[in-house]
Amino acid sequence: MEHIRNFSIIAHIDHGKSTLADRLIQHAGLINKREFRDQILDSMDIERERGITIKSQTVTLPYKNDRGEDFELNLIDTPGHVDFSYEVSRALASCEGVLLLIDAAQGVEAQTMANLYAAMEHDLEIIPVINKIDLPAADIERVREEIEIELGLDSDAAILCSAKAGTGIEEVFKAITERIPPPKGTTKKPLSALIFDAQYDSFRGTIISCRVFDGSIRNGDTIRFVSNSATHRVEEVGVFRLKLERRKELSAGEVGYLIAGIKTVSDTSVGDTITLESNPSAVLLPGFKEPKPMVFSSVYPIAADDYLSLAESLDKYKLNDAALVYQKDSSAALGQGFRCGFLGLLHLEIVQERLEREFGQFILMTAPSVKYKFLLKSGEKVTVDNPHYYPDPGEIEKSEEPFVRIAIIIPERYMGAVMQLCMERRGVNSKFNYPTHGRIEINFDLPLAEVIYDFYDRLKTITQGYGSFDYEFLDYRESSLVKVDMLVNHEKVDALSLIVHQNNSRKRALNICERLKEEIPRQMFKIIIQGAIGGNIIARSTINPYRKDVTAKCYGGDITRKRKLLEKQRKGKSRMKMVGAVEIPQKAFISILKTDDS
Amino acid sequence: MAAEIKLKPGLYIHIPFCIKKCPYCDFYSTADSRLIPAWLDAVKREILLYREYSSSFSTLYFGGGTPTVINEHAMRELVGFLHENFTFLPGAEKTIEANPNDLSRENLKMLRDLGFNRISLGVQSFDRELLEFLERRHTVYEAEQAIELIREAGFSNLNIDIMYAIPGQTRDKWISTLSRAVSFKPEHVSCYQLTLKEGTPFWNLRKNSTICMPEETDEEAFFLETAKFLKHRGYLHYEVSNFARDMKYVSVHNSLYWKHHPYLGLGPAAHSFFNNTRWWNCKSVKQYLKSFEDGNTPVEGREELTDDQLRLESLFLNFRTTGGMDIESFQTFKRVGTVLPILEKSNLVKIKDGRVVPTTKGLLVADSIPCLFL
Repeated sequence: MEHIRNFSIIAHIDHGKSTLADRLIQHAGLINKREFRDQILDSMDIERERGITIKSQTVTLPYKNDRGEDFELNLIDTPGHVDFSYEVSRALASCEGVLLLIDAAQGVEAQTMANLYAAMEHDLEIIPVINKIDLPAADIERVREEIEIELGLDSDAAILCSAKAGTGIEEVFKAITERIPPPKGTTKKPLSALIFDAQYDSFRGTIISCRVFDGSIRNGDTIRFVSNSATHRVEEVGVFRLKLERRKELSAGEVGYLIAGIKTVSDTSVGDTITLESNPSAVLLPGFKEPKPMVFSSVYPIAADDYLSLAESLDKYKLNDAALVYQKDSSAALGQGFRCGFLGLLHLEIVQERLEREFGQFILMTAPSVKYKFLLKSGEKVTVDNPHYYPDPGEIEKSEEPFVRIAIIIPERYMGAVMQLCMERRGVNSKFNYPTHGRIEINFDLPLAEVIYDFYDRLKTITQGYGSFDYEFLDYRESSLVKVDMLVNHEKVDALSLIVHQNNSRKRALNICERLKEEIPRQMFKIIIQGAIGGNIIARSTINPYRKDVTAKCYGGDITRKRKLLEKQRKGKSRMKMVGAVEIPQKAFISILKTDDS
Repeated sequence: MAAEIKLKPGLYIHIPFCIKKCPYCDFYSTADSRLIPAWLDAVKREILLYREYSSSFSTLYFGGGTPTVINEHAMRELVGFLHENFTFLPGAEKTIEANPNDLSRENLKMLRDLGFNRISLGVQSFDRELLEFLERRHTVYEAEQAIELIREAGFSNLNIDIMYAIPGQTRDKWISTLSRAVSFKPEHVSCYQLTLKEGTPFWNLRKNSTICMPEETDEEAFFLETAKFLKHRGYLHYEVSNFARDMKYVSVHNSLYWKHHPYLGLGPAAHSFFNNTRWWNCKSVKQYLKSFEDGNTPVEGREELTDDQLRLESLFLNFRTTGGMDIESFQTFKRVGTVLPILEKSNLVKIKDGRVVPTTKGLLVADSIPCLFL
């Protein structure tokens, strides 16, 4: 156990985390240069395309130090986006130390700090690593100063490297082995292992990623999940070497996988403790933080027949993304579906994309909502995350919405624009810090509803990518809320309803009317789109019908051709939702999730 | 129409020759008249392929191309051979498409003698400038002369083809063409919208903005005015582009296509439909001839329609005609319950005598209506 190290890399987005991980893998000799593909750990398509890490992946790196001692270094990759702090916490709970990666040109950013605090909470050894030192804009001295002042860490302990150029990598390995403590624990105690991730394989069942704290697991053992007392017989254990590599056992301090023929997805929950049926552990490991969904939206299959298949896909998906929560939901316009809770808007988009790409589901999602609280005149208190359950306005005594404290770090020159954005989004209680010369940290209290509504994208745009952003939940505050309904040809599309602040209601309704007008194709009759509060129409747009589409001739040879055209259109319908006689394409529902106002 | 005739198949002969191809036409034809004798031989061989077919035909239709470009000898031989090998019901509708300046007293008499009882005359316009724009071979005068000759020869069933939405055509010009057409009291009028097909010279002219097609709102206005104008003069609007002076002048042959009734098509590019199977011949005359030389049939493609495909076809075919669809068959389609009331309210269809029928406004979007029920 003396030669095991468990660590993560944490960093602000784009500070080079995946590149460093890849370089460590290459340096450890797991792959040769020819096989080297950038960002090996970001294996999901979406991750590669967006350049962000979403799912944690694990890899065991062999390392021999200069005294000839062999080490096994378990790198547990963590996601870098603010939405995924829960995933980060799961990974950190399995580690003894972290590499805190900081871009030599960008310096300390909002998430650098958030990640640092998370690591401190888990009492981990923190090794600051200054990356990208080969960049012309690198300013190592300034970054050292920030590490001292903003992070309160010893800047002399920082390692300098360039993951891209491959410099300083050996120093990183040295620091991992010398400064991160080996895992504690003993094989003499009964088994206790923490599930920190799981994936579903259609041939082998659930593949569980776990960290063994005490005891050991072997093939043939009967294990028990502490939360539900389910027992399973272990078929295989091993470690991650980019591919799964079989081992005889996993013992205290080690990180690896286990396969136990678990076909029922819901049996496994991330954060659960595994122990042995024959010799159960007396001590339960502290569970992971429960994911706290902040954003809610309903998911519907485009074709009603696909409901069961969607249910099954969500079940499997959940195994791999513990942060997603969901329950059954139904809509008059869209039929049966699920109400889902997400960590944030990016999380929502990723779930949507992964359900489509990996599970082949064609889905619609409704406008995201936060959780509102209402005090009714009867004295009853209700919590609503779905506009469908918005109480009768006449019954409401008081409404409250969640507020978050946001932290934005930007170069000073963007201050005016960012201030304006925060004010537009109903920001209050501002505070400013000047951590280092030329940079400013802005704090605001903001309604969460404003943050999830495209705030991060807007921030990136107005600061030309220089703005870094993080937020934490504050409290519920009284607010003047209304429910806006959208009507398509006078028929309420309940899936498009939303709860908004009164002052924003007209603007939001108009925006949705315009979006729908752009995205719903012209049809053979006039389509009227309206936004309404109660019976009161507050916004409207019209889609004029097309006048003529009929072809002049249809004789012997035309019939087959025409039918084939219709058959093709019928296929295209899998991406349309009918509301009354109006065809609403999936992208119309998606388009209303975004703003384009300034 | 007697019920019996309705169920009997029609016979179509494709005569793929034109002296000159019109710049908007994408039907298959060739200007190489030297191929006519070989083509005639091949058609005769194709006739023999189907000779065993014992039933009688309810219609005969010579289409093109320009059927009137083949000479008297070829015409007599073809029709003679048809009658030697096939039988036609008494009173069968026998149509030939004709170009105005191919018609003379003599060949009209011959066509009568050969048994044709309906002429479909490709006039296209009674406006000199537009005829020139369309590069038709005939003049307005020749068209009018032809109509007189047709009547003189004793044809009591005449269709006139005319066209709207031509670049440069005002609505007044169109109404005067329409007026001129009905002044001859034709039994049938077909009014087609000029549509440009890819690969035609007009298509290319539009692409480089040399010609400018009417707007969608103009197309709509042309269509609605046409429907109104002809209705006022007693014509029955029974299909998107077709009008008959009386029920009895509805084109029997074309109705076969729209009602999923059987038809046999001979000649290059011709389509046939029997027992839920559709097949079609190769397009070009040369390929058509070659298939016979090689000892093959000229059939290039064939499909057996599934029940679902038949249903789909009958849906869009029915909505092209004012006969519409009987409500029982219609109710087997998706979403009828929600969509039908909306279509009715939008005045696109109405329910009449147990049938769902498109209104004039509905005919304008007859291609889209079926999409709602997919």
